[in-house]
Amino acid sequence: MIAVETHDLTCKFGDFTAVNAVNLRIEKGSIYGFLGPNGSGKSTTIRMLCGILEPTGGSGSILGLDIKHDAEEIKKHIGYMSQKFSLYDDLTVKENLDFYAGMYSLSRQQSKVRIDEMLAMSGLEDRRGELAANLSGGWKQRLALGCSILHDPPILFLDEPTGGVDPKSRRMFWDIIYNLAAKGTTIMVTTHFMDEAEHCDAIGFIFEGSLIADDHPANLKQSIPGIVLEIPHAQPISLLEELAKSNTPVLDSYPFGTSVHVLVTQQNQHYFNAYPHQIITPSLEDVFVHYVKTQRKELRP
Amino acid sequence: MITINSVSKKFGPRMALDSVSLAVTPGKIFGLVGPDGAGKTTVIRILTGVVRADAGRVHVLGSEDIETIKSDIGYVPQKFSLYGDLTVFENIRVIGALYGQSDAQIKARAEEILSFTKLLLFKDRLADHLSGGMKQKLALAAGLMHRPRLFFLDEPTTGVDPVSRREFWQMLYRLNKEGTTIVVSTPYMDEAELCTEVAFMHNGRVTACGSPAELKHAYPHKVLELYTPVKRVKPYIEDLALDINAFGSKFHLVVDSCDEKIPLIKQRLQTAGIEVISLHEIAPTLEDVFVALAGG
Repeated sequence: MIAVETHDLTCKFGDFTAVNAVNLRIEKGSIYGFLGPNGSGKSTTIRMLCGILEPTGGSGSILGLDIKHDAEEIKKHIGYMSQKFSLYDDLTVKENLDFYAGMYSLSRQQSKVRIDEMLAMSGLEDRRGELAANLSGGWKQRLALGCSILHDPPILFLDEPTGGVDPKSRRMFWDIIYNLAAKGTTIMVTTHFMDEAEHCDAIGFIFEGSLIADDHPANLKQSIPGIVLEIPHAQPISLLEELAKSNTPVLDSYPFGTSVHVLVTQQNQHYFNAYPHQIITPSLEDVFVHYVKTQRKELRP
Repeated sequence: MITINSVSKKFGPRMALDSVSLAVTPGKIFGLVGPDGAGKTTVIRILTGVVRADAGRVHVLGSEDIETIKSDIGYVPQKFSLYGDLTVFENIRVIGALYGQSDAQIKARAEEILSFTKLLLFKDRLADHLSGGMKQKLALAAGLMHRPRLFFLDEPTTGVDPVSRREFWQMLYRLNKEGTTIVVSTPYMDEAELCTEVAFMHNGRVTACGSPAELKHAYPHKVLELYTPVKRVKPYIEDLALDINAFGSKFHLVVDSCDEKIPLIKQRLQTAGIEVISLHEIAPTLEDVFVALAGG
């Protein structure tokens, strides 16, 4: 079942096309990673999907509701957690949750049940009386998540939820996200942490307003034309210069710690017989660098 | 090149740095790696003489008085601090003039660093009209105007597209090869792999320091990768692993012994009717190391 679908979704601000004919299909209960650098159109797309911003072209639907005509109805069925956690610093953990329960018009009975669930989920049961201001980044983030899903939305939008949070909290957060997805919540998450994209079931990569890649991580890794070799070398730049001088046919090469990574076609692997090397799984960054470079060539022939 | 002994810094009641000691030897690409608020920026600001430590001793390029060695260090702060309403070249000229360089010197050096940073084609573009990645390259170029021996960069790649990020790192490697020592901070764990030495920072402390290979070697556990079509496996094997993390259709399990735990995990999942497509040991990432060392 498809939870989110768009056709040529477009948003222009004056002459500037922030989002350019984006087509998305997100399956119910999946975690969709929406990646791209700052200013590429991630937040604009999410704002259109949430019914906050009207598209200037194309169409889209969420759970069968039209994003243009049913914008108000959509808001009842989605959760949204923004990059800047909008918590009240001068309210306690419990008071923040109470406040959001009121905003979502939950009944007294529903509120009680859901707030207890959220406190348990975020591990904040013992800290319910503390001011939100006194929580560190990871705890704030989990409280903000609790606030944004109090009304048990079938779709959750997370806009760079893990920016600046330590790795351990980041992992705890993903654990919660994963459990929500396993119970059927559809999750769309934006991030600029490349490694974080590995957590997702499917990934869209947006660059200069256009969706340039959209698939499962494993398929994306298979889609690049060649294999990635890791060649250990104490001075990676020297090795890169050596490869350039000898005109070794590589699709891409870059220094990686005390080694060099090269993207090379299978037929040309033999050029590297002289070097100790191993074939490694391409990272998602390898994939996106390839797609961005291809895109740039198309744009500037 | 740099030594820091038991340096502490408070901002109001908050301990930004809590007795930090570090040493950076010449020729390193030294990474300060950690989340927001870990103290990375404060370390860089103390080393560049922007703020003073409350306690402890700092030596940079053999001097305790950073004022005296400022002409030998370069610093690219986190926020783009150049003039948006000046062109690329004009920004570079301002910086050159601030360092007291002559017009001829500025012109020659600008040509060199703008071609190094691949900005020569854009030298007449207003800085405000550059993309995020190009802005970072311009900030890098400006920091190199006076040929520093020691170069500090505070989160230069945050939010930058992957291609620019790679180009940026390639430039750092090239500078390093030409003899510049580099201290760079980053919140990205995958960038820690790119440094020749890494200090992990957490809550104002350095939790570990060493080359990526040394840090991985010091990792006290083993990591298994489990590939299964089922999403809910945690309840079945929770007691067999120290930690379980989901990566799409794969799980990373932290265990103390592979030989002992692999058969147990397989057996447990099979009993529960969960298909195991594969289960094998993988190398820990630096993030695994960080999580293990950061503790609770």
